[in-house]
Amino acid sequence: MADIPNQKGKPPPRVDLTAMVDMNFLLLTFFILSTTLSKPKAMEIVMPYKDDEMTDEDRNKIKKDVALTILLGKNNKVYYYEGIGDDPNQYPDIRLTTFRDVDGIRDVIIAKKQKVEQLKANGTLKASDKATVIIKADTTSTTADFINILDEMTINAIPTYAVVDITEQDQEFIYEYENSK
Amino acid sequence: MAKKRGQIKKKDTFIDMTALCDFTLLLLTFFIMATSFKPEESVEVVTPGSTSTKEIPEGFMLITLDKNGRVFFGVDNINAKRAIIDVVNDDKNLGLTPREKEIFVTSSSIGVPFSQMKGFLSLDEAERKKAIDNVAGIPVDTTGSYTTNELAYWIRLSRNYLDKGGRIAIKADASSGYPDVSKIISTLGKQKIFTFSFITDMKGVPEGTALFEKMESARSGSSSEE
Repeated sequence: MADIPNQKGKPPPRVDLTAMVDMNFLLLTFFILSTTLSKPKAMEIVMPYKDDEMTDEDRNKIKKDVALTILLGKNNKVYYYEGIGDDPNQYPDIRLTTFRDVDGIRDVIIAKKQKVEQLKANGTLKASDKATVIIKADTTSTTADFINILDEMTINAIPTYAVVDITEQDQEFIYEYENSK
Repeated sequence: MAKKRGQIKKKDTFIDMTALCDFTLLLLTFFIMATSFKPEESVEVVTPGSTSTKEIPEGFMLITLDKNGRVFFGVDNINAKRAIIDVVNDDKNLGLTPREKEIFVTSSSIGVPFSQMKGFLSLDEAERKKAIDNVAGIPVDTTGSYTTNELAYWIRLSRNYLDKGGRIAIKADASSGYPDVSKIISTLGKQKIFTFSFITDMKGVPEGTALFEKMESARSGSSSEE
């Protein structure tokens, strides 16, 4: 509005709207953010098809060289060993690690991937073989551990992994490892 | 500002805010109307973090697992919920009144066995909020039986009323035990559901990993195309 003096010669009253506009923008920002941010983020997982009729022979199709077994234990502890631990005569070399970024389970997975690539290069393994991780969560582990380890699979781009029930033998491995220290 | 004669004519710095104010109020009104606030969560759940940034599309079943291992079930579609509670009421002979059904429809998720449902829904709002801390949760076991495993019953029923059979979202507390999650997963497995989502908090992707490199190359790839 231009300054048009009214009949008495006074300028018209003018309200400073700056503060009002400021407040409007503030509210606007709040509502825009609250609409878009309220959607929950979700991690999608595909569980392997579990058939009750599956025989031991099918399970053992995973080659020993490509497999890495990870056991989730108490207090966010992670145990792992090479292979699938099915040989009763040979006790697997169980190691303990954590979910830490440095020297944690991630380094183990990366090392395993590299090892499989090496074996592929020198012809021990076929080109179609992939590093396979078998996850066995003990009854003492928490959901956070489980989600973490699944997330590690995504982080390290492990194409094939399986979540299987923990066996009594694996529980014994953990027990013996804890007691041998 | 009355101008005196003889004074140098200064340019007025006053900006007219009226139009801007109108405009922002219009946008504000729109966003207020468009926002639908999340219904109040029935139980407090601290979700674990993951690097996933996917959002779940609407029309899913929410299975909540709290830190004590109690299971709650909810559907995020109000129309589907209305149909579901009608079927449950007839099938299980609960004898719910229309008001009690409406309470079920408006609450975010339910965590009582069928046997206690009538009693729980007939409480008034304040009492119900108190009762939530003591409810038993939906009975779950590792069998696929629709009588003992009530979660299996809920899921099978809800699949009929959601688009494409409904997606499954599990919101599990980080400190809940793995056996409890395992029970839910095997319940889903018994119904041949092998794809589902875990609701998680966002976590950054650690540098130097395979996923980090993939994201970096995707980013540089898309920018070079532009």
